[in-house]
Amino acid sequence: MTTVSMTVNGKQISGEVEDRTLLSTFLRENQGLTGTHIGCDTSQCGACLVHLDGKAVKSCSMLAVQATGSAVITIEGVSQNGELHIMQKAFKENHGLQCGFCTPGMIISAIDMIDRLGTDLDEKTIRHELEGNICRCTGYHNIVKAIKAAADEMAEVLEAAE
Amino acid sequence: MTAEGIGARVLRKEDKRFITGNGRYTDDVTMQRMGYAAFVRSTHAHARIKSINTDDAMKMPGVDAVLNGHQLVADGIGNIICGWMIHSKDGSPMNMGAYRALESETVRYVGQAIAVVVADTQQQARDAAEAVVVDYEDLPAVIDSLDALKEGAPQLHPEAAGNLIYDWELGEEAQTDEAFANAAHITRMDIDNNRLIPNPMEPRAALAHFDPSEEHYTLYTTSQNPHVARLVLSAFYNVASENKLRVIAPDVGGGFGSKIFIYPEEIACLWATKRVGRPVKWTSDRTEAFLTDAHGRDHHSIAELALDENNKITGFRVKTVANLGAYMSLFSSSVPTYLYATLLSGQYNIPNIYANVKAVYTNTTPVDAYRGAGRPEATYVVERMMETAAKEIGMPPAEFRRINFIREFPHQTPVIMAYDAGDYEASLNAAMKVIDYDGFAQRRTHSEAAGKLRGIGISCYIEACGIAPSQAVGSLGAGVGLWESAEVRVNAVGTIEVLTGSHSHGQGHETTFAQLVSDRLGLPTDSISIVHGDTDKVQMGMGTYGSRSGAVGMSAIAKALDKVEAKAKKIAAHLMEASEGDIEIGNGELKVTGTDRKLTFTEVALAAYTAHNLPEGMEPGLKEGAFYDPTNFTFPAGCYICEVEVDPDTGVVSIEDFVAADDFGTIINPMIVEGQVHGGLVQGIGQAMLENARYDEDGQLLTASYMDYTMPRAGDVPSFTLETTVTECPGNPLGMKGCGEAGAIGSPPAVINAVTDALGIRDMNMPASPNRVWQLIQDNGLKQAAE
Repeated sequence: MTTVSMTVNGKQISGEVEDRTLLSTFLRENQGLTGTHIGCDTSQCGACLVHLDGKAVKSCSMLAVQATGSAVITIEGVSQNGELHIMQKAFKENHGLQCGFCTPGMIISAIDMIDRLGTDLDEKTIRHELEGNICRCTGYHNIVKAIKAAADEMAEVLEAAE
Repeated sequence: MTAEGIGARVLRKEDKRFITGNGRYTDDVTMQRMGYAAFVRSTHAHARIKSINTDDAMKMPGVDAVLNGHQLVADGIGNIICGWMIHSKDGSPMNMGAYRALESETVRYVGQAIAVVVADTQQQARDAAEAVVVDYEDLPAVIDSLDALKEGAPQLHPEAAGNLIYDWELGEEAQTDEAFANAAHITRMDIDNNRLIPNPMEPRAALAHFDPSEEHYTLYTTSQNPHVARLVLSAFYNVASENKLRVIAPDVGGGFGSKIFIYPEEIACLWATKRVGRPVKWTSDRTEAFLTDAHGRDHHSIAELALDENNKITGFRVKTVANLGAYMSLFSSSVPTYLYATLLSGQYNIPNIYANVKAVYTNTTPVDAYRGAGRPEATYVVERMMETAAKEIGMPPAEFRRINFIREFPHQTPVIMAYDAGDYEASLNAAMKVIDYDGFAQRRTHSEAAGKLRGIGISCYIEACGIAPSQAVGSLGAGVGLWESAEVRVNAVGTIEVLTGSHSHGQGHETTFAQLVSDRLGLPTDSISIVHGDTDKVQMGMGTYGSRSGAVGMSAIAKALDKVEAKAKKIAAHLMEASEGDIEIGNGELKVTGTDRKLTFTEVALAAYTAHNLPEGMEPGLKEGAFYDPTNFTFPAGCYICEVEVDPDTGVVSIEDFVAADDFGTIINPMIVEGQVHGGLVQGIGQAMLENARYDEDGQLLTASYMDYTMPRAGDVPSFTLETTVTECPGNPLGMKGCGEAGAIGSPPAVINAVTDALGIRDMNMPASPNRVWQLIQDNGLKQAAE
């Protein structure tokens, strides 16, 4: 067993894990943060995405011990002070989710997309960037629409702030 | 209509928990002292089990028990059943091989459960399962259904000679043969429908708990129909009596049919929890899901269409061999029969139809209902034939369909179904207009100038939903009635809980069902909660599949609302000293028509519960239940048109445009309906372009992960243009037809008709992968033609 400590959603935490424990398992079972989902075990589906030191990573594909000292944001930490993130709101407003299982990963991925590429996103770029996220319900149509809407709104917010 | 009533684009009430990570799926539920199950699975497609050695596994850390099929049988756990009896054309009942939750003698597909390990952690359980040594004696395996029917093929079950489960027919053979004898033109095609793996994003899971003091079981499970699960687990598998078994299907992450069935794992967890004396949880990994979730489709068909000299269809003859895998799953027998051949009339006036279906066993994963279930297979056969026949007789495909459309309703087809309403020309016209069908020739010229091949394909689909009138399906062999139940509980403060037997696993019932109540009573949807998925809360229900939750589930709610309204009116009339017939309900109020006298719904609800001043003899309270049994199937129909461009150098097909024009009857929430269509379309396009379950000759599944099975990604598909045309369904109180499966039913032939049009060829199989398309281009010398 190894002790791992990291910041999760702004809170310093630590836990005892078997060395082989995946970050996704640590978050779900040790921390009770079940919003991070496990959909494929082979890092294809993206349901397990979290932000690790500001980058989207598949938490099923790294060990919990590898995240020692890192800052992790899970879907539970995306909204701040009870206020939904623009991306979360956009998924709701554009019906970008149905069964909800892929949704946490989609939202984490979409926020990361805008962090990396900015808010000027066209449909082709969004679709290409979602390569690592699988959804079986929505046919992606409304997910793409939601991300575009959120990017546009974030651009407005940024513009207003300038 | 109220702001949140029928027809309004109300945002989903359930979304907040999902976008914040607060959904509660089965694997999210934990219990004190919970152990984890892992299954020992067959690595062979067909083998006799000589021995199962668990000695090493039992010594591993954290291991509680390793249980096998001998113990399961000794404990009286029943064999897995198929709930729909099909009789062969000679009148004999279907030949069903024994199917045990844990097999201890002969395994018949890779992934079949042999034993279950329970340990302290999931990892320990999986490690121990790896350490169980099963000694196999290999038997020859058969994978393809046509091979399984051949003389000398490996035999799977002693109960099914020649691997034949049934040899079934529908329609009039002699009359149909006569139509062919007199035909002016006959189109004949070999048509395959490729095997698919459902892949809801949430893998299946089960958490079973046994309370020894109460002799009571609780099962959390990923089910589309928890009440059916309880019924089957109780009545056939002898796990517990129904009153001692609570089944909860909490948030479920998609189903698409694959979560209708009761699988070996749920049975094993329920059985094991009592034996090991602790709660037992099993969560499938993705490869287990590929190997053990019931697969879909897998038909080989030979279809023939007879036309007269005016190009009117006079006969349709289809012979299909359906691969049902190694065992009969819960509803597998009905899929290639009553859910398939009954739709072979399509949208067309076809006086003579004859279908013959042979269902066979093979050493593959069991096959059962997957989004559309039989109807995509029927639509694919019909619409590939329509397109091909039109080309053979030199008639525009739209025109050929038009002259054969059914135009008068009700219309009795020769294959059981009585279509109640529709306007097929309206959806064809709508789709052709939106895609600018007339401008296609010009677009093709542009593509050719760029070295690309362009094609356009039409698919006019019809399906039967609203499953189904209980008496009718009973007469066809169903073991259950297919009604739905609802209970509307008005609380004393006027808020409402609706209990429904339908189950939402992405469909948005918490919103649409509340919209119905809002529409009727004029109350905000925030004050209406939908309760589902728990056999302790909802008395009975048949669950969600076959696009039935609107047409059947909501009709039950509508019936219960009728009763609530009637009682509320009586109370209001009494309190306002008016005649009951003069009371109208709306805006959350009960008013005396033509006066300013009114009571709020809350005041009436409170009066019902205080019971201080009720009409003489009236019981207190305001709560009503209803069971709704459909009077007929419903018949959603529409027209899909796909336009593709093919790169002759690479064989890559890109969808340039896709238009869907659907007639779903009454639509409760257009936003949600559009979402259902988008998702269905991508599953259908996935089948047509990307997805294919492949076995090697030894029966190893080659496509058992997302690295090998091509799920549609966002970059593989376009955005869609949707249109709706409306003919109301006369068969239910809301006029609804259902929308959940249409996209997956209608789209595959549209895609393949477009690809074959682009390539200028007649025949091709799905999926239109770059490899296959490139090969067709080489075989047909098309690259030169494009240059």
